[in-house]
Amino acid sequence: MSHTAVFWAGFCVVMALLIVAPLVLPEFWRRFLTEVLIWGLLAMSSDLLIGYTGMISFGHSAFFGLGMYGAAAALLMFSPPNLWLALAFGLIASAVIALFVAYFSTRLRDIYFAITTLIFSQIFYVIVFTWTEVTGGENGLNFRRPPLAIPGLFSVPFTSETMHWFVLAVVTASYLILRRITRSPFGMVLQSIRENEPRTRAIGYPVERYKIVAVMLSGLFAGLAGVLYALQNRFAAPDFIFFLVSGEAVIFNVMGGIGTLVGPILGAGFFQLMRELLSRLFGDQFPYLIPLGVVFIVMIIFLPQGLLGFARRWLNR
Amino acid sequence: MSTAANDAPLIAVEDLHTYYGKSHILQGVTLHVGSGEVVGLLGRNGVGKSTTLKTIIGLVQPSHGKVVFEGNVVTSMPPHRLARLGMGYVPEDRRIFRLLTVMENLRTGLDRAGMTDEKKRALLEKVFAYFPVLAERRNQAGGTLSGGEQQMLAIARAMMLEPKIILLDEPTEGLMPRMVSQIRNIVDVLHRENVAILLVEQNVPLTLEASERVYIMEKGAVRHHAAARDLKVNDAVIHQYLGV
Amino acid sequence: MQLTAILAGIPWDQILIQTLNGIVTGMILALIASGLTLIFGIMDVVNFAHGELFMLGAYIGVVVLATTGSFWLALLIATLVVALLGAAIQIATLRPLLGRDPLTTILATFGVSLILQNYALWQFGPVARKIQEPFSGHFKLFYLEYPWYRLLIAGLSAAIIGGFWLFLKHGKFGIWIRATTQDRVMAQAMGIPVPLVHTAAFAIGAGMAAASGVLFGPLVGVNHTMGLDWVLKAFIVVVVGGMGNLGGSIAAAIFISLLEAYASIWVSPAQAVIVSFVVLILTLLFRPTGLFVPTPK
Repeated sequence: MSHTAVFWAGFCVVMALLIVAPLVLPEFWRRFLTEVLIWGLLAMSSDLLIGYTGMISFGHSAFFGLGMYGAAAALLMFSPPNLWLALAFGLIASAVIALFVAYFSTRLRDIYFAITTLIFSQIFYVIVFTWTEVTGGENGLNFRRPPLAIPGLFSVPFTSETMHWFVLAVVTASYLILRRITRSPFGMVLQSIRENEPRTRAIGYPVERYKIVAVMLSGLFAGLAGVLYALQNRFAAPDFIFFLVSGEAVIFNVMGGIGTLVGPILGAGFFQLMRELLSRLFGDQFPYLIPLGVVFIVMIIFLPQGLLGFARRWLNR
Repeated sequence: MSTAANDAPLIAVEDLHTYYGKSHILQGVTLHVGSGEVVGLLGRNGVGKSTTLKTIIGLVQPSHGKVVFEGNVVTSMPPHRLARLGMGYVPEDRRIFRLLTVMENLRTGLDRAGMTDEKKRALLEKVFAYFPVLAERRNQAGGTLSGGEQQMLAIARAMMLEPKIILLDEPTEGLMPRMVSQIRNIVDVLHRENVAILLVEQNVPLTLEASERVYIMEKGAVRHHAAARDLKVNDAVIHQYLGV
Repeated sequence: MQLTAILAGIPWDQILIQTLNGIVTGMILALIASGLTLIFGIMDVVNFAHGELFMLGAYIGVVVLATTGSFWLALLIATLVVALLGAAIQIATLRPLLGRDPLTTILATFGVSLILQNYALWQFGPVARKIQEPFSGHFKLFYLEYPWYRLLIAGLSAAIIGGFWLFLKHGKFGIWIRATTQDRVMAQAMGIPVPLVHTAAFAIGAGMAAASGVLFGPLVGVNHTMGLDWVLKAFIVVVVGGMGNLGGSIAAAIFISLLEAYASIWVSPAQAVIVSFVVLILTLLFRPTGLFVPTPK
């Protein structure tokens, strides 16, 4: 079977499993799976930058969190709460922030870029945290989940199964779109920037512009993840803007496999699963980040291709 | 050629293969340098002469082959240990520590185990006698020296290690003709001190004069090997491999 | 008349106090940033875990102080223990990454910071601890009172930085560090045991961070997140001062701390941090090599 055939076969199998899952899983695991998909989307957006363009960003928490708050704004300002407005607001918010951050940070190389995006996350964190009147400050915002509605056709409140399918649909669509992008000429240029930036520039590509678009795309999908999170959990809090959330996304990337798009989702799943397991075995207070942190470091040193890379090599034996 | 008292060469390199990424730079280099010998390594730009030196001093790891120093296989030893064992290295573009003074540059090699104050003073005096300019400028920052002075500093610094062999990479590159003869003198000085030299150069006449034997490299391997006195500057072989 | 009215409206006493505060905070920040600059300069590693080393130093100070009652012993032991920890971290996580993409070291040190932070949370709990000042007492500055202790911290930080600078300028190890920072390859070719120098430099940087933690402890509560705020500020200082430039870091540290101190007269401390962010952005836009570094031609 050709490579593409294998891919689509695998894709269909996985999709089938994910569609059926909420029907057979208990409530807790249903929500768990939905959340893994959302974090996976965040990690995928981060992978576009790290894996394909070679830029480590700690700014995703800003896009994620502000997408969340954008959705929150739509759901609180308009009555009855409207799903599509929430999506729109969230995406616009994160796109604007992404453009802002991109403008300042893309002119800097590697380390400076990482630090600057981190600073921006913190700037937004401080703003949201202290501007209590608008953002609810420390406590964040609570709101109701909108119904799944196509205006004029039908309006049905979400159940936990339909929420899962909605998230699955959005994440899958995002994955397919991102996949298309990374394989397009645009995506090839991004990879060439990762491989050898000076040469790409010398050939004549306006590297900064490509980087800005990359950051914006990445920010858009991160914001989308934020909207989904808001819909799923019905609250928004400044904690999600704190740069550590970006750090976690990066961890999912590394664990799953940088530059694979699918890897980050696996990484997110693996991480959350381990976390769940550890707290079941050792109790809630157990600092699960200590062993997970060790695993993370060990993987950086010995398994830089992540779980997916490891699986690939193992399968190729 | 010296009737080598010791049969085993000081340094022997066997079938070295080295890659930079995907480029197969060294494709089976084999050569040796005897104790106290001056050996030249000629070849066009890009054939792998510098890479050969870098592989010997351990700055680059070969994928295949070995480096033997005084009978011991040292292929995977880190450069700082090889330096301590007696290999000096003077790279292309000199690479002196620009922000350190001349004295501090020398001290990087001078301050090592087994050197008493007496020995240090003696060694410094000796080297300053060979390079009086450095003595004058001893408290100046390395970066303020002229090109020729920096070259002298680079060599003097290597001499601080009291090495058994110095790997000299294109010492005359970018120097005025007057300085070139100075380099020639320095090579003689080192030879008198019984320091072996592996001299990589583009300057053919200088190399043929100063060396006892010459290797000629092309496309990552040694293609020709002869006693220096058997080669003339306008030899067919020289034309073939160096296109002068 | 107008002028005196304006002059009377300016809160001079507050400005004076904040100037002192700015200098004190600036010196501590300078101490933290020096360690960070040393580590970055010598091995191109952005040490994300630096703030956590600072935090651990403070915690060890708390523990030693509780057991022995001596502030000075706490300072000494915290510095030594964290220096050793730093050496261990460098050997375990950074040495294997030598020669790999420099971004992997950011990730690795980020991982270490998560581990250390959570370890502290686990061991010491979320409630802040306090380190007692070794002595109290204020002195009179005009009609204001200012605690002696704060001046002492500033002085000690300056002394440590000064001592470090002297160490770099003289002596064999100082030369080794400076040579390795300038040209790691040639340092090796000169017989300098570069892997050892890297480990030692990391240990020294870690020790300096720990010392700052103990010194700063009495000013704020010691808790597991204190590292986060400081590592951010330290990064800003290092970038604004010019990556790898020791003098620049110190100047930047004091400059930014003064600005923040003055800002806190009018806005809350949580918002005063935006000042440092703004300075960073401006620096990156207009003088990316560092505010206090002459622009290379």
